[in-house]
Amino acid sequence: MNPLPFPDLMPFAPEIIMLSAATLLLMLELFVKNRTIISAICLAASMGVILILPQSQGITFNGMFINDGYSMYFKIIFIVGLVMTILISLKYIDRERPQRGEYYSLLLFATSGMMIMASSKDLVVLFLGLELMALSTYILAGIKPLNIKSNEAAIKYFMLGAFSSAFFLYGLALLYGLTGSTDIYQISERLRQTEPTLPLILSMIMIVVAFSFKIAAAPFHMWAPDVYEGSPTSVTAFMSVGPKAAGFAVIGRVFYVAFESIQSDWSIALIVIAVLTMAVGNILALCQRNIKRMLAYSSIAHAGYMLIGIIAGTSESLHSVLNYLLIYAFMNMGAFAIVILLEKGEDIEDYNGLARSHPIVAAIMLVFMFSLVGIPPTAGFVAKFNLFLAAINAGYLWLVIVAVIFSSISAFYYLRIVMNMYMRDNISETPEILLSPSLGIAIFVSLVMVVAIGIVPSLVVG
Amino acid sequence: MIPLSWYIGLSAVIFIIGLIGFLVRRNLIIMFMSIELMLNSINISLVAFSHYLQDIKGQIIVFFIITVAAAEAAIGLAILVALFRNKNSIHTDDIAEMKG
Repeated sequence: MNPLPFPDLMPFAPEIIMLSAATLLLMLELFVKNRTIISAICLAASMGVILILPQSQGITFNGMFINDGYSMYFKIIFIVGLVMTILISLKYIDRERPQRGEYYSLLLFATSGMMIMASSKDLVVLFLGLELMALSTYILAGIKPLNIKSNEAAIKYFMLGAFSSAFFLYGLALLYGLTGSTDIYQISERLRQTEPTLPLILSMIMIVVAFSFKIAAAPFHMWAPDVYEGSPTSVTAFMSVGPKAAGFAVIGRVFYVAFESIQSDWSIALIVIAVLTMAVGNILALCQRNIKRMLAYSSIAHAGYMLIGIIAGTSESLHSVLNYLLIYAFMNMGAFAIVILLEKGEDIEDYNGLARSHPIVAAIMLVFMFSLVGIPPTAGFVAKFNLFLAAINAGYLWLVIVAVIFSSISAFYYLRIVMNMYMRDNISETPEILLSPSLGIAIFVSLVMVVAIGIVPSLVVG
Repeated sequence: MIPLSWYIGLSAVIFIIGLIGFLVRRNLIIMFMSIELMLNSINISLVAFSHYLQDIKGQIIVFFIITVAAAEAAIGLAILVALFRNKNSIHTDDIAEMKG
């Protein structure tokens, strides 16, 4: 037997850069105590990935790994999430937990996991990427070992994450038994030749359950509010963008390709989940007092909107989901950056009278909240408009009507923060703001992107 | 020769035992053991499929699953130890700092 030829490493180059930077940081943090240098290395690695991404298209590792336009778009979203997280956590994480460098290394490992997920052409590679991402984020959630809330967040995330992995693997095992392959495209080909059977439907349901856990879709969302509240805010910001986008990346790949032949079945399952997710996310967000919890429910609700794009099943709707994820990354990161900026700002009441004490901060928060509701001329409007338009074109008018109703409910809890900032007086002392240059850059970039995409949608759409 | 369906049945039964264990038990270590039970039931079905399809891939996947499960155990138990130091309990009813 001939030995296998050496694989073409070029399509894997972005991951190689990311993983080597992560490993390098693990060693470097022993000697380098300056956090700025460590985060500069992270940013350099992200730049390297962005630069090498256009040249790295192709299939490698015996057809297990694919880097195409779809995965490249997702990788850009992951890098946006990573860069923003590094910028907002530079001062914050030192305050929360000094003398630890593995935080940045874990962020890079988690991002590498997501990139592998987005690029996987084989379910086994997908599983390994998923676990690399998940195991790193479990540790990130519990990065404050002396803080009991952080411990609790980590253990809840870990237990339910491991539980959902088991579901995914059971679905994988059934698919392997049915088709004799784990390659997503081969599975699709073999399933097209056979009638849908009960084991196939069972495996599809198992995989739907597993991915719903990952994107925090109801009824598998219960971990999200606790984990988002307990984790350090910078980690929460990271989790609400990266792993969610990675979940959508694999949903798109697995359902559109592998389960293509049973699209009518999985779209029914996803419709139920999408409606439930929008309802749970938006209604439970109404009664939250902690802003991180509220943003957790809001991210659940946004996952529900994005699922509509997946259900619609056209390439136009899939594009709109990608755009939505990118825009969501900017506006959510911005909102979390403001939460970090106000040290005491975890309670919604803390925002009372912010417009009087810090008018600029209040105005920026106003933009992000408007964007999350979807009010023009912000990016959130562009995202929702395109998504709903694509779903209507695909013939899911009633689903869009449901989404718009829930979306108008969401205005209540986002605008309550705006109301607190502008129309209430502060009873206690004025909140302190802790502006560092990197945090300022993060807020500025997300603000510019949110406004610019809102005014010139062609920046991302098309 | 034992038919394939027996293996798949065994794997499904063990998976369901693990599932029920995870949902019913309130001790975090036992919940974690239930997850391991679920993962190992998947290994049984993968090996059985691999044998009946005469395809080595299924057995390779099993090694990946074992490796990942080991990594998961390391991280999970580390988180559990950190929690126990602060809380002196690994009972899920005691872990309720956050609600709502």
